Amino acid sequence: MRAVLVYLLLAFALVTPAAAVQPDEVLPDAAQEARARELSKELRCMVCQNQSIDDSDAPLARDLRLLVRERIQDGDSDREVMDYLVARYGEFVLLRPTWHGANAILWLAPFAVLVAGGIGLFLAYRRRATPHGLRAATATEPLTPDEEARLRAALGDPAPSDSPADVTKV
Amino acid sequence: MNPEIGHYALVLSLAVALLMTVIPFWGARTGDAALMKVGSTLALVLAGFTGLSFATLVVAYVQSDFSVLNVVENSHSAKPLLYRITGTWGNHEGSMLLWVLVLAIFAALVALFGANLPARLKANVLAVQGSVATAFLLFILFTSNPFARVIPPPAEGQDLNPILQDIGLAIHPPLLYLGYVGFSITFAFAVAALIEGRIDAAWARWVRPWALTAWAFLTLGIAMGSYWAYYELGWGGWWFWDPVENASLMPWFAGTALIHSAVVMEKRDALKVWTVLLAILAFSLSLLGTFLVRSGVLTSVHTFATDPSRGVFILAILVFFIGGSLTLYALRAPMLRQGGIFAPVSREGALVLNNLLLTAASAAVLVGTLYPLALEAYNGAKITVGPPYFNLTVGALMLPVAFAMPFGPLLAWKRGDLAGAAQRLMAAFGAAIVIAALAAYAQGGGPVLAPFGMGLAAFVVIGALAEVIERAGFGRVPRATAFARLRGLPRSVFGGALAHAGVGVCLFGIIAETSWNAERIAGVKVGGSFEVGGYELTLDRLEPRNGPNYRDLVGVFTVRRGGVDMGTIESAKRLFTARNMPTTESGIRTMWFSQLYVSLGDELPGGGVGVRAYWKPFVTLIWIGSVIMALGGALSLTDRRLRVGAPKPAKKPKAKADGASPVPAE
Repeated sequence: MRAVLVYLLLAFALVTPAAAVQPDEVLPDAAQEARARELSKELRCMVCQNQSIDDSDAPLARDLRLLVRERIQDGDSDREVMDYLVARYGEFVLLRPTWHGANAILWLAPFAVLVAGGIGLFLAYRRRATPHGLRAATATEPLTPDEEARLRAALGDPAPSDSPADVTKV
Repeated sequence: MNPEIGHYALVLSLAVALLMTVIPFWGARTGDAALMKVGSTLALVLAGFTGLSFATLVVAYVQSDFSVLNVVENSHSAKPLLYRITGTWGNHEGSMLLWVLVLAIFAALVALFGANLPARLKANVLAVQGSVATAFLLFILFTSNPFARVIPPPAEGQDLNPILQDIGLAIHPPLLYLGYVGFSITFAFAVAALIEGRIDAAWARWVRPWALTAWAFLTLGIAMGSYWAYYELGWGGWWFWDPVENASLMPWFAGTALIHSAVVMEKRDALKVWTVLLAILAFSLSLLGTFLVRSGVLTSVHTFATDPSRGVFILAILVFFIGGSLTLYALRAPMLRQGGIFAPVSREGALVLNNLLLTAASAAVLVGTLYPLALEAYNGAKITVGPPYFNLTVGALMLPVAFAMPFGPLLAWKRGDLAGAAQRLMAAFGAAIVIAALAAYAQGGGPVLAPFGMGLAAFVVIGALAEVIERAGFGRVPRATAFARLRGLPRSVFGGALAHAGVGVCLFGIIAETSWNAERIAGVKVGGSFEVGGYELTLDRLEPRNGPNYRDLVGVFTVRRGGVDMGTIESAKRLFTARNMPTTESGIRTMWFSQLYVSLGDELPGGGVGVRAYWKPFVTLIWIGSVIMALGGALSLTDRRLRVGAPKPAKKPKAKADGASPVPAE
């Protein structure tokens, strides 16, 4: 019914002020339409290959888009719309996996790699930094002017270098 | 040319690959120089035979030889010549043949340019390369023969998938394969080093150019694929987190980590064990990508064909090479001597941080791609891991990478001065704040992502230049000296800075496009107009046109801004007659770095047509930045020390004499 109305509107207006995937799907209420768009981006077009219903041209995606809009117009909250779709189609429909159950593994895995890597590095560093290794290699106190002069003399380089940074960087 | 010649050449390739696996390896074991040398000859012969085989298939496509099943299934006599050629690899069998051809070419390159490699290492590298070629040639011959005949030959072919009939198919897969398969060389080097049980800084110096080459090609391949999807799929997206894109992104992250850790190994003789592991991982992830795409385990727009027997075969290859190399790694890695010690705040430390974050990002993509499969196998639950997951995890890991990037090159080896580096970055930081403020002003409220992200991008770009300025000594020494030093800097310094700047440019494009893009979806009749991103578009006319193997419905739009005529955009809906499949040919107009993107939808009942139009500010920077990254890699490759190869003892004094100018050592 509503589609017919929208179509009639379309027939009279040369250009529809639409912001939906198909011009005839748009809701008259801009705020509701914006909510519908946001929800559509989180929902999978189940017959497509990895597309959201917002992006897809498939008829099923269109049906789902219309369904989302219908629920929104019936006064559902965003959460209720999503719950309704999950109840009907399963979690497969959600592009953003939920947090519960085994999915925590999914969400935490990258950061677990990061933390485990960090701990591993720390342990390796500790092991190698102890007795003689690192401390000896990096304990480079700045040279006293006297030492510096002796070093230059030893190197046979009478001119002071333009920057002490260069010496340490080499 | 007779297709049987191609088939026969393929069988000969298999025989040669087998010999190439066994003979040089045996030679290296027994110390027989003659046997080791045979490896190089065999590599060249292998490249010759696979090249002949591939050429035969191309000829069958060009001549529309419909007695070949592969040609029937993927070609059409009315198809333009370019797409008849590119169609050769626009299908499973042909693309696998291209894969093996690239592998053979890389092996031949090692044979030709590896004259200064130690004989034993070279022999083992070629043997490993031969074993990979053997596995994939078996795969082609037993499950995916591109030369199978069909009797009687049909009069006409079934045409190529219309989406693939595009110049993108000529560019994207070959570049991507050069990247994917290029990592087979670093893999072969890693395995060869593990077989020998010794590895040193010279090893890293040999491996780095190969890793850089593969990485630069992979970067270009991914970027070109992204642009192709952007203009071809017709809804303005440029990255979809499609499983196949993920499959190319994983080795890219690992490869990026590899080219950085190889620097540490080359310069400081540290991180050896880790670098070898990365070399193995980068190619393993390439193989995994090949498996995911070719097996049909994951359905995606890239999967040309799905066939379980092929999946099992590739899985076996995967298990053999990944399992084998990791086992070898577990056995031999502890034998590798650790070198070069460094403090946490140092150039090495920064590169370790980079490696850690990139590896975690690679893991995020891997887990996100495979988790739904694992879960379904475990308890039958079907879930989807979509873009929100990847944006969140990879995004969170890439932010610190971007922030730390300018600091790394400013830290000294062994022990760096973080406060000093921060001080030298003050100018970059100031510029970043100015850019962020400008972005906030331009945006006038709204999400903070845009100003923050653009500031960060500016910091990365300007920070990359800071390294070059710093190393030349501008501000510390007389300007003439600084310019002299600038000229004396190794090219790898410029390459690295350029690549880092490319990351910043790309980041800027991503942030600007995602936060500021405008979209308009409207039904328009001829003569009607609509507005998007401050531009007024008028549909002047809708006209049908005929192409060689398709029919177009073209919408011609006039673009105006503030009443000023800015020319026209043509956007078409294309119907390919052989398969009766429509594609969108989006009309794109580039204005500076931004694009106006018009995609034609269906004709509406009652006249007019559905139109999707987008204003995409700075969107081209995404690909320009990627190209800059690849150019940085290429510039690094021209570095003197990579051109002359690994140092030989006799050459050392000369190199010192060349470097006598007051350039601080790296």
